[in-house]
Amino acid sequence: MSASANPRVSHDDVTVRDPLIRIRGLRTALNGKTIFEGVDLDIPRGRITAIMGPSGTGKTTLMRHITGQLAPDAGEIVVDGANVARIGRDALFGLREKIGYLFQNSALLTDYSVFENVAFPLRQHLKLPEELLRNIVLTKLQAVGLRGAANLMPSELSGGMMRRVALARAIVRDPMLIIYDEPFVGLDPIALNQILKLIRTLNQTLGITSILVAHELAAVRRIADSIYLLAGGKIAAHGAPDELARGETPWTRQFFSGEADGPVPFHYPAPDYAVQLGLAGAAP
Amino acid sequence: MSIVRKPPSRLADSLAQIGACGIFLFRILGAVPLSLRYLRETVRQVYFVGAMSLVIIMTCGLFVGMVLGLQLYHTLSIFGGTAALGTVVALSLYRELGPVVTALLFAGRAGTSITAEIGLMRATDQLDAMEMMAVDPLAYVVAPRFLAGIIAMPLLACVFNALGILGAHLVGVVWLGLDNGTFWSNMTSSVDVWSDVMTGVWKSLAFGAVCTLIATFQGYTTPPTSEGVAYATTRTVVFSSIATLAIDFVMTAFLM
Repeated sequence: MSASANPRVSHDDVTVRDPLIRIRGLRTALNGKTIFEGVDLDIPRGRITAIMGPSGTGKTTLMRHITGQLAPDAGEIVVDGANVARIGRDALFGLREKIGYLFQNSALLTDYSVFENVAFPLRQHLKLPEELLRNIVLTKLQAVGLRGAANLMPSELSGGMMRRVALARAIVRDPMLIIYDEPFVGLDPIALNQILKLIRTLNQTLGITSILVAHELAAVRRIADSIYLLAGGKIAAHGAPDELARGETPWTRQFFSGEADGPVPFHYPAPDYAVQLGLAGAAP
Repeated sequence: MSIVRKPPSRLADSLAQIGACGIFLFRILGAVPLSLRYLRETVRQVYFVGAMSLVIIMTCGLFVGMVLGLQLYHTLSIFGGTAALGTVVALSLYRELGPVVTALLFAGRAGTSITAEIGLMRATDQLDAMEMMAVDPLAYVVAPRFLAGIIAMPLLACVFNALGILGAHLVGVVWLGLDNGTFWSNMTSSVDVWSDVMTGVWKSLAFGAVCTLIATFQGYTTPPTSEGVAYATTRTVVFSSIATLAIDFVMTAFLM
């Protein structure tokens, strides 16, 4: 389903005027390297917003800013009315209880079984009867197709299965916001299709706001309402998936057609190739 | 552009590490009240760092006691004082060898395991995942291990002492023929619970706190790479051993 087919996409909609996340003037440098140079961005409530961009442009760093794991050098990051860089630890933890986060490398607790990994947030924050807890966990595992793997340990799972368990854990408390950091890596086509359906269902039935960090344009176009293209420390483009995929700017043209030449250099900065190989000035 | 970086000052680096470790201690102490919610986790850690260390502690305690018995018997026999074997062995173990050797063994067995476990949790984002689930890793992961170390160390030292005395008894009484009654009666009449046994207990508590602090600090702050975890485990053993011996000297001076 493309954005144009989604009746909820309307830029004068109230959800756009009252975004769940509002970022203004974000500036960050890590180890002397500028990551963000004045990023402004809004994540509307109840929508699926994709953050895309070349590797190393700071997509995961942006997520770490949003969740308060990393403080910016300058700028304002407001999530559900709270400036995450300014609030205290208790308030930050209170906010995080309403956020589900799917880590790039799954980050499952290796000492716990699949069931206990998914049950972990429930056990820590809610005193549920064991039977209810069991039913919730099995429901979430069923949603990702791994109810039968409940008793396995993470070391017994493939990368794709670990990602699905991590997804079940991220959604177990039905959060207001779910951040999916590279959710499609390592998934076979069947699992990919089911996970796409699950993300869309969560968004449509429960109105959960979703941020999708991904590189797979085809998958993103099926579910995302809008895309932010992050490059060169700034928002290079923003709009509906179909609009961006048309490639009307140099950034979108290069990124979505996968060309080596364009505003995003394919090569990491390096000295002259011929000089480094000792061929400079040599006779032809 | 020069590709050779200015080497960091080792002294400044070391001082910064000590300072960071001190701040980390205060953060752990701040997390202890919250960690009482995870009492099961603390009990589990007492089992891992305490009960799982019993084999190495008991084996080493037995052999240390046997060596002590053999050496002291021959030395004391020169002066005709073999009757004091039980007393000398017990005082050596209770006051010095028990707590110190237990701490060194603890650093090698449990300390490295704590560092490697927390370091790998850091490297695989498990600590970040806990933070994202609004669970404080200091309260859930670090504080239970810290408390477990403080609880387990004196108990392990007691087991070490008991096996050490048994080893000395095997050598002195069973093998070399010292009178059994003399061995035990001289020991019980010369060893004072408060000035001798408790000295060892205070030391064990201090060593338990320091060794576990170093192990958790190294694991928590390790760079998230395999090389980083390897260096961190090595540093745990080296720093724990040095800290144990240095603190032993200071405490001995004050508790004499």
